[in-house]
Amino acid sequence: MAEKMTGAEMVIQALIDQGVEHVFGYPGGAALPIYDAMFQQDTVQHILVRHEQGATHMAEGYARSTGKPGVVLVTSGPGATNAVTGLTDALMDSIPLICITAQVPTTLIGSDAFQECDTVGITRSCTKYNYLVKRIEDLPRIMHEAFLIATTGRPGPVVIDIPKDVQFALGDYYKPDLDTLRHQSYRPQMDGDAAAIEAAVDLMLKAERPIFYTGGGVINAGPAASEHLRELAELTGFPVTSTLMGLGAFPASNPQWMGMLGMHGTYEANLAMHDCDVMINIGARFDDRITGRIDAFSPGSRKIHVDIDPSSINKVVNVDIPIIGDCERVLSEMVRVWRSKTNQPRTEALAPWWKQIATWRAVNSLGYKNSETIIKPQYAIERLYQATKKQAKEVYITTEVGQHQMWAAQHFHFDQPNRWMTSGGLGTMGYGLPAAVGVQVAHPDALVIDIAGEASVQMTMQEMSTAVQYRLPVKIFILNNERMGMVRQWQDLLHGSRYAHSYSESLPDFVKLAEAYGGKGIRCSNPAELDAAIAEMLDYDGPVLFDCMVEKDENCLPMIPSGKPHNEIILPDTANLGDIIDEKGRQLV
Amino acid sequence: MNAHLQPTGSAYFITKETQDQERHTLSVLVDNEPGILARVVGLFSARGYNIESLTVSETEHGRRLSRITVVVIATPKTLTQIKLQLERLIPVHKVHDLTAEGASLERELALIKVAGSGDSRAETLRLADAFRAQIVDATVESFVFEVTGKPAKIDSFIALMQPLGLVEVVRTGLAAISRGPQGM
Repeated sequence: MAEKMTGAEMVIQALIDQGVEHVFGYPGGAALPIYDAMFQQDTVQHILVRHEQGATHMAEGYARSTGKPGVVLVTSGPGATNAVTGLTDALMDSIPLICITAQVPTTLIGSDAFQECDTVGITRSCTKYNYLVKRIEDLPRIMHEAFLIATTGRPGPVVIDIPKDVQFALGDYYKPDLDTLRHQSYRPQMDGDAAAIEAAVDLMLKAERPIFYTGGGVINAGPAASEHLRELAELTGFPVTSTLMGLGAFPASNPQWMGMLGMHGTYEANLAMHDCDVMINIGARFDDRITGRIDAFSPGSRKIHVDIDPSSINKVVNVDIPIIGDCERVLSEMVRVWRSKTNQPRTEALAPWWKQIATWRAVNSLGYKNSETIIKPQYAIERLYQATKKQAKEVYITTEVGQHQMWAAQHFHFDQPNRWMTSGGLGTMGYGLPAAVGVQVAHPDALVIDIAGEASVQMTMQEMSTAVQYRLPVKIFILNNERMGMVRQWQDLLHGSRYAHSYSESLPDFVKLAEAYGGKGIRCSNPAELDAAIAEMLDYDGPVLFDCMVEKDENCLPMIPSGKPHNEIILPDTANLGDIIDEKGRQLV
Repeated sequence: MNAHLQPTGSAYFITKETQDQERHTLSVLVDNEPGILARVVGLFSARGYNIESLTVSETEHGRRLSRITVVVIATPKTLTQIKLQLERLIPVHKVHDLTAEGASLERELALIKVAGSGDSRAETLRLADAFRAQIVDATVESFVFEVTGKPAKIDSFIALMQPLGLVEVVRTGLAAISRGPQGM
C-alpha cells in the first residue's frame, strides 16, 4: 500500500523497513531534509562521526561483526569524497555498505554549485553499484534494491546519491517486491554445480597432501558456513589455513589449524600450500599477498576453488575444479557428499602428511626473542590475548594496517567468525579505531579492542571524540615504536636501511591526548608492568588509549619477500635482512 | 645512479605473457540506463583492457535494453576475465563472445568525403561503384559516399580514396550478430 511522504521521509522509512538500527553520518547543507526526518523519529539511531571516512569504517566494523549491512549518511561534495576511502575498502574486502550521499538539487547538477561533485562518477569504480536518484518515483525502489545488491552475492558497498529537491519532493512510498526491481539481470548464483562438488569430493578422497585454504568468503556466507567448514575439516582430517580476512572461521584452538598463510603467514601453512597435492580454496581469491610468485605457487597441486564471484575463478591462478556458489551452501553440500561416500576417516593415508607438517611446525616460525627490559610487540599481543581470554565478555578485535596488524593476526587467536575486523585488500591505515567504534555500537556489552600502531591511529584519531560522546568503551591498544614499522622494515629489506620519512619526530603524548578527548590514557614501557596495565585498561569503563612503548626496530617475521615462492620464506632467526632480496625483488611491493 | 633507485617496471611480480593476443567481438546486452556506457568503458580502463571499437544503441525500446558491440584484442585468459568482469556489472544481462561462438556477421557503415576534379573525379566514381558506395552528397568539387560492409572492405575503400582526394572519414564502429536462428 502506497503512502504519501517526502523523499527524506522515504529514506528513513526504507531504512526502518530494512531493519536498520544505526546510521553513521555527518550532516551538511544538501543532507538537511534527511537529517530533519531523522530527527523526528526514534527507530533509527544516528551516530555522529568526526570525519566521513570514520563513518564508512564504523559501518564496515558494524557490518563485519554483525553480518548486517552498515549504513552511512553523508552530505554532498566533500562529504561524499571523504567517504571514498571507506567505500573502496569495503569493495576490496566485500563488506556490505549502504552509503546515502546527499546531492545538490537536480536543477543545479552540472553547474559547479557549492558542495557539488560528480558523486556517481567518482564512486562508480569503488562501489558494487551506485545510483543517482533523479525522480521521487524511483526512490522507494532504489532504496530497497540497494540493500539487495549490497548484501547478496559477493557483498559490497552501494551508493545512493539523492539530490536535495528529491528529498523535499512528495511521492508514494511502497516496499517493492523482488520481481518489480529494475535489475532483473542481477541474480547471484548461490548453489554450486552438483557435478563439480561431486568431482571435488572425489579428488579430496584421493588426496594424500591436502589443505583447506579458506578466506573472507566463509565469514561473509554467515556463521553456518563456519560450522560446515568445521564439520568438513573434522570429517576429512585435512589441515586448515586461512587468509587474513578469513581468521576465526576455523578455530585457532583446533589441532588442524595451521595458522594464517601468506606473506606473514606461518612456515607450516606456507610450506603446506607449496607442497600440497590437493588445495581446496573456499572463499579466498588468490591475492598476491597469498600467492607470492605465481609461477612458483603450489606447483604440484590440483586446485578446487569455491567462490560466489565467477570473475574470481582463474583470474590469478588457474584451477582444476571451479565451483561458483555461496560458501555456506557449497560447504554443506560437500559435507553431505563426503558422508555419502565414506564414513571412515583417512587417518592412515594422511599420516605422512601430518608427520611432515609436524616437522614444519617444530620450526616455531612465530617465535621471537623476548626481553626483560623492553616490551616486544609480539609479547604485548600475547599478554593482551591472555588477558582477554579471562574476560566473560565477547571479544572483538580491529586493527590498523602495518606490522601491528600482522602481529595481531599471528599472535591473537580467534575461535569464532566475525570477531576480527581488519583492512585486508586496500590496507587502509586509520581503519581500526572507527571500525572499533562501529563494532561497539553493534555490541554495546562486548570488549572491543583496536590493536593499533602510533602512525595509523593518528589518521582517524578524531573518532575518539565519537567514542566519548556515545560512551563507547573501546580500547585502543597502540604498539608504539615511533616508526611506520612496516615501511621501516621494507627499507631495511630493500633500500639499504635509508629510512626515508618512516619515523615520527613529534608524536603526541597519547595519555594527555586521551584525557583531552575525555577518555583515559595509560602508558607502559616495562614488560614487568604490562599485565597490570592491560588489566587497568580492561577494567576501565570508557574509551582508553593505551600507549604501549615497544621495541623500535623489531621485524615482522616470518616473511615471504615479494617475488619469492612460499618455500623461500624468511624465518625469525635469519641474520641480515638486507642481503635476502635480489635486484629484481626490489622492484616489487 | 644506483640500481635500487631506478624506476621500477611494475609494482608486482609479472609473469611474462605467453599467450598470443586475439581479436574478439563481444555482444553485451545491458539495461539502458544513465551511466551504463561509463560503467563499461570505466571497467576497460580500470583493468587495463584495450578497446578496438565500441558501438552502443538501444535495441528494444519497450524493455529498455541496449546492445553494446565491443571489439577487443586480448589473450584468451584476459578475454575470459573481460567477459566475467562485464557480467559482474549489475545492469549487464548477457555477454556473448561472437568470435568464439562460431559464425557471425559483422558490418560497419562509413561516410567518406572525397574532393577532386577532372580525371580523378571519374576514377573516384568508378571505384565507388565497384564498392557499391552510395553518393549521399555531391557538389561540383566533392562527394560524400556511404559505404557499408565488413571493416576490411571499408579499409580498402578508404585506402583507394586516399590518393584521389580523401578529405575525411567517419565510421560507426562494428555491429555484429550471430548467424542462424538463435538470439542472444
